[in-house]
Amino acid sequence: MSVGEAPLRLVAISAGTGDPSTTRMLTDRAVQATATRLRESARVVSAEVIELAPIAAQIAQSLVSGFPTETVKEAIERLAAADALVVTTPVYKAGISGLLKSFIDLLDNDLLIAKPVLLAATAGSARHAMVVDDQLRPLFAFLRALPAPTSLFAAPEDWGSADLGKRVERAGGELAALAISGVGRDIADGGWSGYQHSFGGSATRAERTADDIDIDTDLMRLARGGS
Amino acid sequence: MQFGIFGVGDIAPDPTTGIPRSETKRIHDTITLAKAADELGLDVFAVGEHHNPPFVASAPPVLLAHIAAQTQNILLSTSTTLITTNDPVKIAEDYAFLQHVALGRMDLMLGRGNTVPVYPWFGQDIRDGVPLALEHYNLLHKLWREDVVDWEGRFRTPLQGFTATPRPLDGVPPFVWHGAIRTPEIAEQAAFHGNGYFANHILAPNLHFKPLVDFYRQRFEHYGHGRAQDAIVGLGGQAFLAKRSQDAYNGFQPYFESYPMFRGTSLDQVAESTPLSVGSPQEVIDKTLTFQEGFGDYQRQLWLIDLGSIPIEVALEQLELLATEVVPVLRTEMDSRRAPGVPDAPTHASLVEATYGEAEPRQARPRPNSGDNTSGPLPYLDSDPAMPAQMPRFA
Repeated sequence: MSVGEAPLRLVAISAGTGDPSTTRMLTDRAVQATATRLRESARVVSAEVIELAPIAAQIAQSLVSGFPTETVKEAIERLAAADALVVTTPVYKAGISGLLKSFIDLLDNDLLIAKPVLLAATAGSARHAMVVDDQLRPLFAFLRALPAPTSLFAAPEDWGSADLGKRVERAGGELAALAISGVGRDIADGGWSGYQHSFGGSATRAERTADDIDIDTDLMRLARGGS
Repeated sequence: MQFGIFGVGDIAPDPTTGIPRSETKRIHDTITLAKAADELGLDVFAVGEHHNPPFVASAPPVLLAHIAAQTQNILLSTSTTLITTNDPVKIAEDYAFLQHVALGRMDLMLGRGNTVPVYPWFGQDIRDGVPLALEHYNLLHKLWREDVVDWEGRFRTPLQGFTATPRPLDGVPPFVWHGAIRTPEIAEQAAFHGNGYFANHILAPNLHFKPLVDFYRQRFEHYGHGRAQDAIVGLGGQAFLAKRSQDAYNGFQPYFESYPMFRGTSLDQVAESTPLSVGSPQEVIDKTLTFQEGFGDYQRQLWLIDLGSIPIEVALEQLELLATEVVPVLRTEMDSRRAPGVPDAPTHASLVEATYGEAEPRQARPRPNSGDNTSGPLPYLDSDPAMPAQMPRFA
């Protein structure tokens, strides 16, 4: 363990609603595998899981009112501060959880730019195996996140298969490698102004105060009467 | 400090009868409310602009001209005038005309508007919203300050030798507020010109707009219009009052429940976390004082009190409580807390004085018709000879 280095912050979102929930189980295993790999690389790790079920009503309310409630805002801020994410959804009616999608709909477009993320899903049947790559991956492509090459999927029979553990380790290793490399930070730092932003957003690099605002832009020149 | 009310001419079913007001009734209720606000001594009455049902808010200058004729003292304004989809040339003419009709008892607030289809309906693209607002104001600014305008921009037909008539009253353009809640560029434009900045301050968490207000203040000072604390800031708010707090909550509940933006929330929660003031006059006073604490000294407070579902009788009760039990206390309290030297919002009289001092203000007198429905290259008797019209002319 290296001394003086800020811990890498691993944040997971679990959209499972049961207790116990297989979605949460898969989340925990993915977080565990990633954290282990990071520690093997001598990194200090903190890990936390955001369960969406307890804040489901607040997520819905935030969608309707147009502003996140305090609890939802706090969850969003934890995502913003993360160095790497694990996102796990159950499959409902051949698609991702509406609760997860509702939560994602509340995020600023620039919240997760170049953020390493491990995508995962659980389902009642192996026939839904592609949901994670067909639906979650495009969603995180829209958000300009950095999904790990391997996605995780667990149908009931996978919980009796050693292969699930191997895939979890492989995916966790990928996420750990992305987090350690700092490539996400380099991408975001290197081209931040090229992405779409909104003033007062939750992204760590968002313009939040008067001092953050870039006044040397075409629009700002137009505002000052230039063309 | 100015206190007043603002609205957008919305119409919604009365929750007790299920019946919405007719358009005629809504328009005349708005006029009734404006007259009462004048009689009760409020300072500002502002109406917004929408171009679709369930609103009757498509022609603010027409409505305000009528109200001007029926009132004595109240300053008339807009909340907001759509700077994106209206032709700035027509805004220049309509509001200068209103300024003459109302003898200066008006100003206006410019905003982008929030109805998506209004852009295509008026031939614009919503993705150009910000540059449209900026460029259109740049033209409006020029039209009110130069007798003869040659102009070319991205969005509008170029102008050659154009004069917006009438020239602003006494040669002093109406004071402009820029309304914005998410766009630093609009705050920059307001600051650059020393114009006012207004945050609607409704439906969002308390103090949500403070960073933009701070940016505007900082840039206002940067451009030499005064100290940051002297910048001209206006805030919205929403209020429902009764002598007793619980009566206010009970009275507002049915209107609250039927309001689209409040669906899925509780009144207690919204009253707690947003600028909505529900309760006794003292509770409304206390809440409003938190705005001054949070945003700093400001110049204009407007409340929304007549949602589309609220019958005129109820709105008038609200207005009376606001004007007799809230505003007088706030005037005293806010004045006593105000930092020394912070100015009031400009009025026509103060702008005339700032422009001319003791001298006689300009009275624009056009030259005679030169035979082709124009008055020639120097349109007014006192036109600046250095800026003649460049009009296409045939030999």
